Amino acid sequence: MSDSVALADVIAVACAEAWRGDGEIFASGMGVMQMLGARVARATFEPDLMISDGEAFYVSGDLPIGGTQKLVEGWIPFRSVFDTLAGGRRHVMMGASQIDRYGNSNIANIGPWAKPKSQLLGVRGGPGNTVNNATSFFIPKHQTSVFVASVDMVSGVGYDRAKKVGGFIAKRHDLRRVVTNLAVLDFNSPDNSMQLVSLHPGVSIDDVVSNTGFELVIPSTVPISRPPTAAESAAIETIDPKGLRHREIPA
Amino acid sequence: MSDPRNKIITEDQAVATLRSGMTLGIGGWGSRRKPMSLVRSLLRSDITDLTVVSYGGPDVGLLCAAGKVKKLIYAFVSLDSIPLEPHFRLARQNATIPEPTEWDEGMLQWALFAGSLRLPFLPTRAGLGSGVMDVNPSLKTVKSPYADGEELLAVPAIRLDAAFVHMNRSDARGNAQYLGPDVYFDDLFLSACEPGRRFVSAEKIIPTEDLLKEGTFHTLKINRSMVDGVIHAPNGAHFTTCEPDYGRDEAFQKAYVDAARDPEAWKAFSDRFLAGDEANYQSQVVAWREEIKAAKEAAK
Repeated sequence: MSDSVALADVIAVACAEAWRGDGEIFASGMGVMQMLGARVARATFEPDLMISDGEAFYVSGDLPIGGTQKLVEGWIPFRSVFDTLAGGRRHVMMGASQIDRYGNSNIANIGPWAKPKSQLLGVRGGPGNTVNNATSFFIPKHQTSVFVASVDMVSGVGYDRAKKVGGFIAKRHDLRRVVTNLAVLDFNSPDNSMQLVSLHPGVSIDDVVSNTGFELVIPSTVPISRPPTAAESAAIETIDPKGLRHREIPA
Repeated sequence: MSDPRNKIITEDQAVATLRSGMTLGIGGWGSRRKPMSLVRSLLRSDITDLTVVSYGGPDVGLLCAAGKVKKLIYAFVSLDSIPLEPHFRLARQNATIPEPTEWDEGMLQWALFAGSLRLPFLPTRAGLGSGVMDVNPSLKTVKSPYADGEELLAVPAIRLDAAFVHMNRSDARGNAQYLGPDVYFDDLFLSACEPGRRFVSAEKIIPTEDLLKEGTFHTLKINRSMVDGVIHAPNGAHFTTCEPDYGRDEAFQKAYVDAARDPEAWKAFSDRFLAGDEANYQSQVVAWREEIKAAKEAAK
Protein backbone atom coordinates (compact mmCIF):
# COMPACT_ATOMS: atom_id res chain seq x y z
CA MET A 1 0.00 0.00 0.00
CA SER A 2 1.27 3.44 -0.87
CA ASP A 3 2.19 5.77 2.00
CA SER A 4 0.10 8.44 0.34
CA VAL A 5 -3.18 6.80 1.39
CA ALA A 6 -4.46 8.69 4.42
CA LEU A 7 -5.56 6.71 7.47
CA ALA A 8 -8.91 8.53 7.41
CA ASP A 9 -9.56 7.16 3.91
CA VAL A 10 -8.77 3.59 4.98
CA ILE A 11 -11.16 4.07 7.90
CA ALA A 12 -13.88 5.58 5.70
CA VAL A 13 -13.73 2.46 3.50
CA ALA A 14 -13.71 0.19 6.57
CA CYS A 15 -16.88 1.98 7.73
CA ALA A 16 -18.45 1.72 4.26
CA GLU A 17 -17.77 -2.04 4.27
CA ALA A 18 -20.12 -2.40 7.25
CA TRP A 19 -23.09 -1.95 4.88
CA ARG A 20 -21.89 -4.36 2.15
CA GLY A 21 -24.73 -6.65 1.16
CA ASP A 22 -27.42 -4.68 2.99
CA GLY A 23 -29.42 -3.75 -0.13
CA GLU A 24 -32.41 -1.43 0.09
CA ILE A 25 -32.42 -0.48 3.77
CA PHE A 26 -31.80 2.74 5.72
CA ALA A 27 -28.04 3.19 6.19
CA SER A 28 -27.89 5.54 9.15
CA GLY A 29 -24.64 7.16 10.27
CA MET A 30 -24.37 8.99 13.61
CA GLY A 31 -21.33 11.21 13.10
CA VAL A 32 -19.12 12.44 10.28
CA MET A 33 -17.13 9.24 9.62
CA GLN A 34 -20.24 7.08 9.96
CA MET A 35 -22.17 9.23 7.45
CA LEU A 36 -19.20 9.26 5.09
CA GLY A 37 -18.98 5.48 5.24
CA ALA A 38 -22.67 5.02 4.44
CA ARG A 39 -22.55 7.47 1.54
CA VAL A 40 -19.35 5.95 0.09
CA ALA A 41 -20.94 2.50 0.26
CA ARG A 42 -23.96 3.73 -1.68
CA ALA A 43 -21.85 5.68 -4.18
CA THR A 44 -19.84 2.55 -5.02
CA PHE A 45 -20.70 -1.05 -4.14
CA GLU A 46 -24.11 -0.81 -2.40
CA PRO A 47 -26.19 1.49 -4.64
CA ASP A 48 -29.64 0.66 -3.24
CA LEU A 49 -28.96 1.93 0.32
CA MET A 50 -31.23 4.69 1.64
CA ILE A 51 -29.36 7.70 3.04
CA SER A 52 -30.80 10.54 5.11
CA ASP A 53 -29.70 14.13 5.54
CA GLY A 54 -29.64 13.54 9.30
CA GLU A 55 -32.69 15.76 9.69
CA ALA A 56 -35.87 14.40 8.10
CA PHE A 57 -35.29 13.51 4.45
CA TYR A 58 -33.99 10.62 2.38
CA VAL A 59 -31.63 12.05 -0.21
CA SER A 60 -30.60 10.73 -3.57
CA GLY A 61 -27.23 11.43 -5.21
CA ASP A 62 -23.89 11.98 -3.46
CA LEU A 63 -24.78 14.60 -0.86
CA PRO A 64 -21.60 16.05 0.67
CA ILE A 65 -21.38 16.01 4.50
CA GLY A 66 -23.20 19.15 5.65
CA GLY A 67 -24.37 19.82 2.09
CA THR A 68 -27.61 21.71 1.60
CA GLN A 69 -28.31 21.03 -2.10
CA LYS A 70 -30.50 18.03 -1.39
CA LEU A 71 -32.16 15.82 -3.97
CA VAL A 72 -35.00 14.62 -1.74
CA GLU A 73 -36.33 11.13 -2.49
CA GLY A 74 -38.37 10.56 0.64
CA TRP A 75 -39.43 11.77 4.09
CA ILE A 76 -38.00 10.22 7.25
CA PRO A 77 -39.08 12.23 10.30
CA PHE A 78 -38.14 10.79 13.71
CA ARG A 79 -41.40 8.84 13.99
CA SER A 80 -40.63 7.05 10.71
CA VAL A 81 -37.09 6.34 11.94
CA PHE A 82 -38.60 4.56 14.95
CA ASP A 83 -41.00 2.62 12.68
CA THR A 84 -38.17 1.67 10.31
CA LEU A 85 -35.80 0.48 13.01
CA ALA A 86 -38.51 -1.56 14.75
CA GLY A 87 -39.21 -3.14 11.38
CA GLY A 88 -35.54 -4.08 11.09
CA ARG A 89 -35.04 -2.17 7.81
CA ARG A 90 -32.08 -0.17 9.07
CA HIS A 91 -28.39 -0.57 9.84
CA VAL A 92 -27.05 2.16 12.08
CA MET A 93 -23.41 3.01 12.80
CA MET A 94 -23.10 4.79 16.11
CA GLY A 95 -20.33 6.02 18.38
CA ALA A 96 -19.63 4.68 21.87
CA SER A 97 -17.85 6.09 24.90
CA GLN A 98 -17.42 2.55 26.24
CA ILE A 99 -17.80 -0.91 24.70
CA ASP A 100 -17.16 -4.38 26.12
CA ARG A 101 -16.17 -7.73 24.61
CA TYR A 102 -19.76 -8.71 23.76
CA GLY A 103 -20.60 -5.32 22.28
CA ASN A 104 -22.50 -3.84 25.20
CA SER A 105 -22.03 -0.12 24.52
CA ASN A 106 -22.46 3.10 26.47
CA ILE A 107 -23.24 6.64 25.33
CA ALA A 108 -25.21 7.52 28.48
CA ASN A 109 -22.88 8.31 31.39
CA ILE A 110 -19.46 7.55 32.90
CA GLY A 111 -19.41 6.43 36.53
CA PRO A 112 -22.39 5.16 38.51
CA TRP A 113 -25.74 5.93 36.86
CA ALA A 114 -27.29 7.26 40.10
CA LYS A 115 -24.63 9.97 40.35
CA PRO A 116 -22.42 9.93 37.26
CA LYS A 117 -18.90 11.26 37.21
CA SER A 118 -19.74 12.49 33.76
CA GLN A 119 -23.25 12.68 32.34
CA LEU A 120 -23.19 12.13 28.58
CA LEU A 121 -26.18 11.96 26.21
CA GLY A 122 -28.39 9.41 27.93
CA VAL A 123 -29.24 6.06 26.36
CA ARG A 124 -31.01 7.80 23.42
CA GLY A 125 -32.32 5.19 20.95
CA GLY A 126 -29.51 2.74 21.71
CA PRO A 127 -31.64 0.13 23.50
CA GLY A 128 -34.16 0.01 20.65
CA ASN A 129 -31.54 0.14 17.91
CA THR A 130 -29.51 -2.77 19.20
CA VAL A 131 -32.41 -5.20 19.67
CA ASN A 132 -34.18 -4.27 16.44
CA ASN A 133 -31.78 -3.44 13.62
CA ALA A 134 -28.17 -4.10 12.64
CA THR A 135 -25.73 -1.91 14.57
CA SER A 136 -22.07 -1.07 13.94
CA PHE A 137 -19.71 1.30 15.69
CA PHE A 138 -17.02 3.80 14.77
CA ILE A 139 -14.74 4.61 17.69
CA PRO A 140 -12.10 7.22 16.82
CA LYS A 141 -9.74 6.47 19.71
CA HIS A 142 -9.04 2.83 20.46
CA GLN A 143 -7.90 2.80 24.10
CA THR A 144 -8.46 0.86 27.32
CA SER A 145 -10.76 3.53 28.78
CA VAL A 146 -13.16 2.87 25.89
CA PHE A 147 -12.65 -0.87 25.33
CA VAL A 148 -13.54 -1.85 28.88
CA ALA A 149 -14.26 -5.04 30.82
CA SER A 150 -17.68 -3.71 31.76
CA VAL A 151 -19.56 -0.60 30.65
CA ASP A 152 -21.02 1.82 33.23
CA MET A 153 -24.48 1.90 31.57
CA VAL A 154 -25.71 -0.47 28.87
CA SER A 155 -27.25 1.87 26.31
CA GLY A 156 -26.64 -0.65 23.52
CA VAL A 157 -27.31 -4.36 24.08
CA GLY A 158 -24.42 -6.81 23.57
CA TYR A 159 -24.50 -10.49 22.61
CA ASP A 160 -24.38 -11.89 26.17
CA ARG A 161 -27.38 -9.82 27.25
CA ALA A 162 -29.31 -10.49 24.03
CA LYS A 163 -28.83 -14.24 24.58
CA LYS A 164 -30.09 -13.87 28.13
CA VAL A 165 -33.27 -12.19 26.85
CA GLY A 166 -33.65 -15.03 24.36
CA GLY A 167 -36.37 -15.49 21.73
CA PHE A 168 -36.67 -13.04 18.86
CA ILE A 169 -34.01 -10.71 20.24
CA ALA A 170 -31.40 -13.44 20.66
CA LYS A 171 -32.17 -14.81 17.21
CA ARG A 172 -32.11 -11.48 15.34
CA HIS A 173 -29.46 -9.65 17.37
CA ASP A 174 -26.98 -8.25 14.89
CA LEU A 175 -23.92 -6.25 15.90
CA ARG A 176 -21.85 -6.07 12.71
CA ARG A 177 -18.50 -4.42 13.12
CA VAL A 178 -16.45 -2.00 15.13
CA VAL A 179 -14.10 0.33 13.24
CA THR A 180 -11.44 2.21 15.21
CA ASN A 181 -8.34 4.26 14.46
CA LEU A 182 -6.31 1.06 14.80
CA ALA A 183 -8.34 -1.80 13.42
CA VAL A 184 -11.58 -3.41 12.30
CA LEU A 185 -13.27 -5.84 14.68
CA ASP A 186 -16.45 -7.91 14.65
CA PHE A 187 -18.39 -10.43 16.73
CA ASN A 188 -18.22 -13.45 14.43
CA SER A 189 -16.26 -15.58 16.91
CA PRO A 190 -17.85 -18.81 18.26
CA ASP A 191 -19.21 -17.09 21.41
CA ASN A 192 -19.78 -13.70 19.72
CA SER A 193 -17.01 -12.02 21.66
CA MET A 194 -15.09 -9.31 19.87
CA GLN A 195 -12.47 -10.46 17.40
CA LEU A 196 -9.86 -8.75 15.30
CA VAL A 197 -10.71 -8.60 11.57
CA SER A 198 -7.99 -6.39 10.11
CA LEU A 199 -5.24 -4.01 11.17
CA HIS A 200 -4.88 -0.55 9.66
CA PRO A 201 -1.54 -0.01 7.88
CA GLY A 202 1.36 0.30 10.32
CA VAL A 203 -0.60 -1.03 13.31
CA SER A 204 0.53 -4.22 15.09
CA ILE A 205 -1.57 -6.81 16.93
CA ASP A 206 0.22 -5.68 20.11
CA ASP A 207 -0.94 -2.10 19.54
CA VAL A 208 -4.55 -3.30 19.48
CA VAL A 209 -4.20 -5.72 22.38
CA SER A 210 -2.48 -3.19 24.64
CA ASN A 211 -5.23 -0.64 23.97
CA THR A 212 -8.06 -3.08 24.67
CA GLY A 213 -9.25 -3.67 28.24
CA PHE A 214 -10.48 -7.22 27.64
CA GLU A 215 -9.30 -10.35 25.88
CA LEU A 216 -9.78 -10.18 22.13
CA VAL A 217 -10.17 -13.16 19.83
CA ILE A 218 -7.14 -13.02 17.50
CA PRO A 219 -7.33 -15.20 14.37
CA SER A 220 -4.11 -16.90 13.21
CA THR A 221 -3.76 -14.52 10.30
CA VAL A 222 -4.92 -10.93 10.40
CA PRO A 223 -4.92 -8.99 7.12
CA ILE A 224 -4.23 -5.30 6.67
CA SER A 225 -7.29 -3.07 6.17
CA ARG A 226 -7.56 -2.41 2.46
CA PRO A 227 -7.02 0.97 0.78
CA PRO A 228 -9.85 2.62 -1.16
CA THR A 229 -10.37 1.69 -4.79
CA ALA A 230 -10.14 4.51 -7.32
CA ALA A 231 -13.94 4.78 -7.34
CA GLU A 232 -14.06 4.90 -3.53
CA SER A 233 -11.36 7.56 -3.40
CA ALA A 234 -13.34 9.67 -5.83
CA ALA A 235 -16.50 9.17 -3.77
CA ILE A 236 -14.69 10.13 -0.57
CA GLU A 237 -13.52 13.39 -2.19
CA THR A 238 -17.02 14.15 -3.51
CA ILE A 239 -18.76 13.45 -0.21
CA ASP A 240 -16.15 15.02 2.07
CA PRO A 241 -14.49 17.74 -0.03
CA LYS A 242 -13.45 19.71 3.06
CA GLY A 243 -11.61 16.75 4.59
CA LEU A 244 -13.69 16.69 7.79
CA ARG A 245 -12.78 12.98 8.10
CA HIS A 246 -9.18 13.80 8.95
CA ARG A 247 -10.32 15.68 12.07
CA GLU A 248 -12.12 12.55 13.27
CA ILE A 249 -8.85 10.69 13.75
CA PRO A 250 -6.71 11.54 16.79
CA ALA A 251 -3.19 12.75 15.93
CA MET B 1 -76.19 30.94 18.78
CA SER B 2 -73.33 30.82 21.25
CA ASP B 3 -69.78 31.92 20.47
CA PRO B 4 -66.90 29.44 20.12
CA ARG B 5 -64.39 29.17 22.97
CA ASN B 6 -61.92 32.01 23.12
CA LYS B 7 -58.51 30.36 23.52
CA ILE B 8 -56.10 33.25 23.01
CA ILE B 9 -54.11 33.69 26.22
CA THR B 10 -50.61 34.70 27.34
CA GLU B 11 -47.78 32.44 28.50
CA ASP B 12 -48.29 33.63 32.06
CA GLN B 13 -52.02 32.85 31.93
CA ALA B 14 -51.22 29.34 30.70
CA VAL B 15 -48.64 28.80 33.45
CA ALA B 16 -51.07 30.14 36.06
CA THR B 17 -53.26 27.07 35.48
CA LEU B 18 -50.43 24.71 36.49
CA ARG B 19 -49.82 23.47 40.02
CA SER B 20 -46.74 22.12 41.74
CA GLY B 21 -46.39 18.37 41.46
CA MET B 22 -48.02 18.11 38.03
CA THR B 23 -46.80 16.04 35.08
CA LEU B 24 -45.79 18.29 32.17
CA GLY B 25 -44.99 17.18 28.63
CA ILE B 26 -42.87 19.47 26.47
CA GLY B 27 -42.81 19.10 22.68
CA GLY B 28 -39.97 19.63 20.22
CA TRP B 29 -36.77 17.58 20.06
CA GLY B 30 -33.35 18.50 21.54
CA SER B 31 -32.74 22.09 20.54
CA ARG B 32 -35.50 22.09 17.91
CA ARG B 33 -38.85 23.91 17.99
CA LYS B 34 -39.09 24.01 21.76
CA PRO B 35 -41.89 26.05 23.41
CA MET B 36 -39.26 28.23 25.08
CA SER B 37 -41.47 31.26 25.85
CA LEU B 38 -43.78 28.97 27.85
CA VAL B 39 -40.76 27.41 29.59
CA ARG B 40 -39.40 30.88 30.40
CA SER B 41 -42.77 31.83 31.89
CA LEU B 42 -42.71 28.63 33.97
CA LEU B 43 -39.23 29.57 35.23
CA ARG B 44 -40.63 32.85 36.58
CA SER B 45 -43.43 31.04 38.46
CA ASP B 46 -43.23 29.44 41.91
CA ILE B 47 -44.36 26.06 40.50
CA THR B 48 -42.07 23.21 41.50
CA ASP B 49 -41.85 19.41 42.03
CA LEU B 50 -42.75 18.80 38.38
CA THR B 51 -42.60 15.51 36.53
CA VAL B 52 -41.25 16.50 33.12
CA VAL B 53 -41.50 14.35 29.98
CA SER B 54 -39.38 15.57 27.08
CA TYR B 55 -37.10 14.75 24.18
CA GLY B 56 -34.88 17.04 26.14
CA GLY B 57 -33.08 20.20 25.16
CA PRO B 58 -32.63 23.58 26.86
CA ASP B 59 -36.20 23.27 28.20
CA VAL B 60 -35.04 20.48 30.49
CA GLY B 61 -31.70 22.16 31.23
CA LEU B 62 -33.36 25.39 32.36
CA LEU B 63 -36.02 23.66 34.48
CA CYS B 64 -33.31 21.54 36.15
CA ALA B 65 -31.16 24.62 36.80
CA ALA B 66 -34.15 26.31 38.42
CA GLY B 67 -34.74 23.29 40.67
CA LYS B 68 -38.27 22.71 39.37
CA VAL B 69 -37.92 19.06 38.39
CA LYS B 70 -38.74 16.24 40.76
CA LYS B 71 -38.96 13.49 38.20
CA LEU B 72 -37.53 13.60 34.68
CA ILE B 73 -38.61 11.07 32.06
CA TYR B 74 -36.08 11.28 29.22
CA ALA B 75 -33.98 9.34 26.74
CA PHE B 76 -31.47 12.14 26.18
CA VAL B 77 -30.96 15.81 26.85
CA SER B 78 -28.99 17.51 24.08
CA LEU B 79 -28.51 20.82 22.29
CA ASP B 80 -27.92 18.97 18.97
CA SER B 81 -25.12 21.16 17.55
CA ILE B 82 -23.64 21.13 21.08
CA PRO B 83 -24.23 17.50 22.09
CA LEU B 84 -24.28 17.86 25.89
CA GLU B 85 -26.69 20.11 27.82
CA PRO B 86 -24.67 21.80 30.59
CA HIS B 87 -27.39 22.28 33.22
CA PHE B 88 -28.73 18.77 32.80
CA ARG B 89 -25.19 17.39 33.15
CA LEU B 90 -24.65 19.33 36.38
CA ALA B 91 -28.02 18.26 37.75
CA ARG B 92 -27.24 14.60 37.05
CA GLN B 93 -23.66 14.78 38.29
CA ASN B 94 -24.78 16.48 41.51
CA ALA B 95 -27.78 14.12 41.76
CA THR B 96 -30.18 17.05 42.19
CA ILE B 97 -32.98 15.45 40.12
CA PRO B 98 -34.71 13.29 42.77
CA GLU B 99 -36.17 10.77 40.32
CA PRO B 100 -34.31 10.55 37.02
CA THR B 101 -36.17 8.10 34.78
CA GLU B 102 -34.08 7.17 31.74
CA TRP B 103 -35.84 5.33 28.93
CA ASP B 104 -35.21 4.52 25.28
CA GLU B 105 -36.45 7.18 22.81
CA GLY B 106 -39.05 4.80 21.40
CA MET B 107 -40.34 4.03 24.90
CA LEU B 108 -41.26 7.71 25.38
CA GLN B 109 -43.24 7.65 22.14
CA TRP B 110 -44.97 4.43 23.19
CA ALA B 111 -45.83 5.78 26.66
CA LEU B 112 -47.38 8.93 25.17
CA PHE B 113 -49.18 6.93 22.48
CA ALA B 114 -50.58 4.54 25.11
CA GLY B 115 -51.62 7.57 27.17
CA SER B 116 -53.33 9.16 24.20
CA LEU B 117 -55.23 5.89 23.46
CA ARG B 118 -56.13 5.46 27.16
CA LEU B 119 -54.38 2.09 27.21
CA PRO B 120 -52.45 1.01 30.32
CA PHE B 121 -49.33 0.08 28.34
CA LEU B 122 -47.96 -0.78 24.92
CA PRO B 123 -45.54 -3.65 24.26
CA THR B 124 -42.11 -3.16 22.71
CA ARG B 125 -38.68 -4.76 22.47
CA ALA B 126 -36.87 -1.43 22.95
CA GLY B 127 -35.33 -1.45 26.41
CA LEU B 128 -35.12 -5.22 26.93
CA GLY B 129 -31.63 -6.41 27.83
CA SER B 130 -30.38 -2.85 28.27
CA GLY B 131 -29.44 -0.76 31.31
CA VAL B 132 -32.91 0.80 31.10
CA MET B 133 -34.23 -2.35 32.79
CA ASP B 134 -31.51 -2.14 35.47
CA VAL B 135 -32.19 1.48 36.47
CA ASN B 136 -36.01 1.28 36.21
CA PRO B 137 -36.87 -1.74 38.38
CA SER B 138 -40.58 -0.88 38.28
CA LEU B 139 -40.77 -1.64 34.53
CA LYS B 140 -42.60 -4.89 33.87
CA THR B 141 -42.72 -7.32 30.98
CA VAL B 142 -45.77 -8.96 29.43
CA LYS B 143 -46.02 -12.32 27.67
CA SER B 144 -47.59 -12.44 24.22
CA PRO B 145 -50.84 -14.44 24.52
CA TYR B 146 -50.31 -15.85 21.01
CA ALA B 147 -48.31 -18.86 19.85
CA ASP B 148 -44.98 -16.96 19.86
CA GLY B 149 -45.22 -16.43 23.64
CA GLU B 150 -42.62 -13.67 23.45
CA GLU B 151 -41.82 -11.71 26.60
CA LEU B 152 -42.08 -7.98 25.79
CA LEU B 153 -41.52 -4.79 27.71
CA ALA B 154 -44.85 -3.25 28.77
CA VAL B 155 -44.20 0.50 28.52
CA PRO B 156 -46.55 2.14 31.03
CA ALA B 157 -48.82 4.85 29.64
CA ILE B 158 -48.10 8.46 30.53
CA ARG B 159 -51.04 10.77 31.03
CA LEU B 160 -50.00 14.40 31.22
CA ASP B 161 -51.59 17.13 33.37
CA ALA B 162 -50.23 19.81 31.06
CA ALA B 163 -48.58 20.00 27.65
CA PHE B 164 -46.58 22.76 25.92
CA VAL B 165 -45.78 22.73 22.20
CA HIS B 166 -44.62 25.44 19.80
CA MET B 167 -45.93 25.66 16.23
CA ASN B 168 -45.26 27.88 13.25
CA ARG B 169 -48.90 28.90 12.79
CA SER B 170 -52.19 28.54 14.61
CA ASP B 171 -55.61 30.01 14.24
CA ALA B 172 -57.26 31.48 17.32
CA ARG B 173 -59.11 28.23 17.99
CA GLY B 174 -56.01 26.02 18.09
CA ASN B 175 -55.89 24.54 14.61
CA ALA B 176 -52.12 24.54 14.53
CA GLN B 177 -49.57 24.04 11.78
CA TYR B 178 -45.93 23.00 11.60
CA LEU B 179 -44.11 24.18 8.49
CA GLY B 180 -40.73 22.58 9.25
CA PRO B 181 -39.46 19.11 8.35
CA ASP B 182 -40.81 17.20 11.35
CA VAL B 183 -43.76 17.46 13.74
CA TYR B 184 -41.59 15.45 16.21
CA PHE B 185 -44.06 14.02 18.77
CA ASP B 186 -45.97 17.22 19.46
CA ASP B 187 -49.35 15.77 18.48
CA LEU B 188 -48.79 12.89 20.93
CA PHE B 189 -47.90 15.27 23.78
CA LEU B 190 -51.23 17.04 23.25
CA SER B 191 -53.21 13.81 22.81
CA ALA B 192 -51.72 12.26 25.97
CA CYS B 193 -52.72 15.30 28.04
CA GLU B 194 -55.89 15.72 30.05
CA PRO B 195 -58.11 18.42 28.49
CA GLY B 196 -57.72 21.76 30.25
CA ARG B 197 -54.00 22.48 30.07
CA ARG B 198 -53.01 21.74 26.47
CA PHE B 199 -51.13 24.81 25.28
CA VAL B 200 -49.87 25.72 21.82
CA SER B 201 -47.67 28.75 21.27
CA ALA B 202 -47.25 29.89 17.68
CA GLU B 203 -45.06 32.25 15.67
CA LYS B 204 -48.13 33.73 14.01
CA ILE B 205 -51.85 33.60 14.74
CA ILE B 206 -53.61 33.52 11.39
CA PRO B 207 -57.23 33.38 10.18
CA THR B 208 -58.53 29.84 9.67
CA GLU B 209 -58.92 30.49 5.93
CA ASP B 210 -55.14 31.12 5.67
CA LEU B 211 -54.08 27.74 7.13
CA LEU B 212 -53.44 26.21 3.70
CA LYS B 213 -51.66 29.26 2.27
CA GLU B 214 -48.18 28.28 3.49
CA GLY B 215 -48.39 24.49 3.75
CA THR B 216 -50.39 21.52 2.49
CA PHE B 217 -53.09 19.80 4.53
CA HIS B 218 -50.39 17.36 5.70
CA THR B 219 -49.05 20.09 8.00
CA LEU B 220 -52.31 20.22 9.99
CA LYS B 221 -51.58 17.43 12.48
CA ILE B 222 -52.94 19.43 15.41
CA ASN B 223 -56.61 20.38 15.47
CA ARG B 224 -58.52 22.51 17.93
CA SER B 225 -60.01 19.54 19.85
CA MET B 226 -56.44 18.88 21.05
CA VAL B 227 -55.82 22.43 22.32
CA ASP B 228 -57.12 24.53 25.23
CA GLY B 229 -54.99 27.65 24.97
CA VAL B 230 -53.25 29.46 22.09
CA ILE B 231 -50.39 31.86 22.75
CA HIS B 232 -49.01 34.31 20.22
CA ALA B 233 -45.25 33.87 20.65
CA PRO B 234 -43.13 35.42 17.89
CA ASN B 235 -39.55 34.09 18.19
CA GLY B 236 -41.02 31.93 20.97
CA ALA B 237 -38.76 28.94 20.24
CA HIS B 238 -35.60 31.05 20.50
CA PHE B 239 -32.77 29.96 20.77
CA THR B 240 -33.89 26.61 19.33
CA THR B 241 -34.83 26.05 15.68
CA CYS B 242 -38.20 27.00 14.25
CA GLU B 243 -37.78 26.12 10.57
CA PRO B 244 -38.64 27.69 8.18
CA ASP B 245 -39.30 30.86 10.21
CA TYR B 246 -35.80 30.84 11.69
CA GLY B 247 -32.93 28.48 12.43
CA ARG B 248 -31.16 27.88 15.71
CA ASP B 249 -29.39 30.94 17.16
CA GLU B 250 -26.06 29.12 17.41
CA ALA B 251 -24.17 32.13 18.80
CA PHE B 252 -26.72 32.62 21.56
CA GLN B 253 -26.83 28.89 22.31
CA LYS B 254 -23.05 28.96 22.70
CA ALA B 255 -23.33 31.97 25.04
CA TYR B 256 -25.90 30.01 27.07
CA VAL B 257 -23.53 27.04 27.34
CA ASP B 258 -20.56 29.25 28.24
CA ALA B 259 -22.56 31.01 30.95
CA ALA B 260 -23.68 27.67 32.41
CA ARG B 261 -20.05 26.72 33.11
CA ASP B 262 -19.68 29.24 35.91
CA PRO B 263 -22.21 30.13 38.65
CA GLU B 264 -21.45 33.87 38.49
CA ALA B 265 -21.70 33.98 34.71
CA TRP B 266 -24.93 32.02 34.92
CA LYS B 267 -26.37 34.47 37.45
CA ALA B 268 -25.53 37.37 35.14
CA PHE B 269 -27.08 35.56 32.16
CA SER B 270 -30.13 34.62 34.17
CA ASP B 271 -30.57 38.13 35.61
CA ARG B 272 -30.32 39.67 32.19
CA PHE B 273 -32.41 37.28 30.10
CA LEU B 274 -34.67 35.25 32.38
CA ALA B 275 -35.63 37.45 35.34
CA GLY B 276 -37.88 39.76 33.31
CA ASP B 277 -40.89 38.89 31.18
CA GLU B 278 -40.91 37.55 27.61
CA ALA B 279 -40.84 41.03 26.08
CA ASN B 280 -37.74 41.77 28.14
CA TYR B 281 -36.14 38.49 26.98
CA GLN B 282 -36.77 39.29 23.33
CA SER B 283 -35.49 42.88 23.63
CA GLN B 284 -32.40 41.70 25.53
CA VAL B 285 -31.66 39.17 22.77
CA VAL B 286 -31.83 41.97 20.19
CA ALA B 287 -29.56 44.16 22.34
CA TRP B 288 -27.14 41.24 22.87
CA ARG B 289 -26.88 40.72 19.10
CA GLU B 290 -26.09 44.42 18.64
CA GLU B 291 -23.37 44.22 21.30
CA ILE B 292 -21.80 41.18 19.63
CA LYS B 293 -21.90 42.94 16.27
CA ALA B 294 -20.37 46.11 17.71
CA ALA B 295 -17.64 44.10 19.47
CA LYS B 296 -16.81 42.36 16.17
CA GLU B 297 -16.66 45.70 14.36
CA ALA B 298 -14.38 47.11 17.04
CA ALA B 299 -12.07 44.10 16.79
CA LYS B 300 -11.54 44.70 13.06
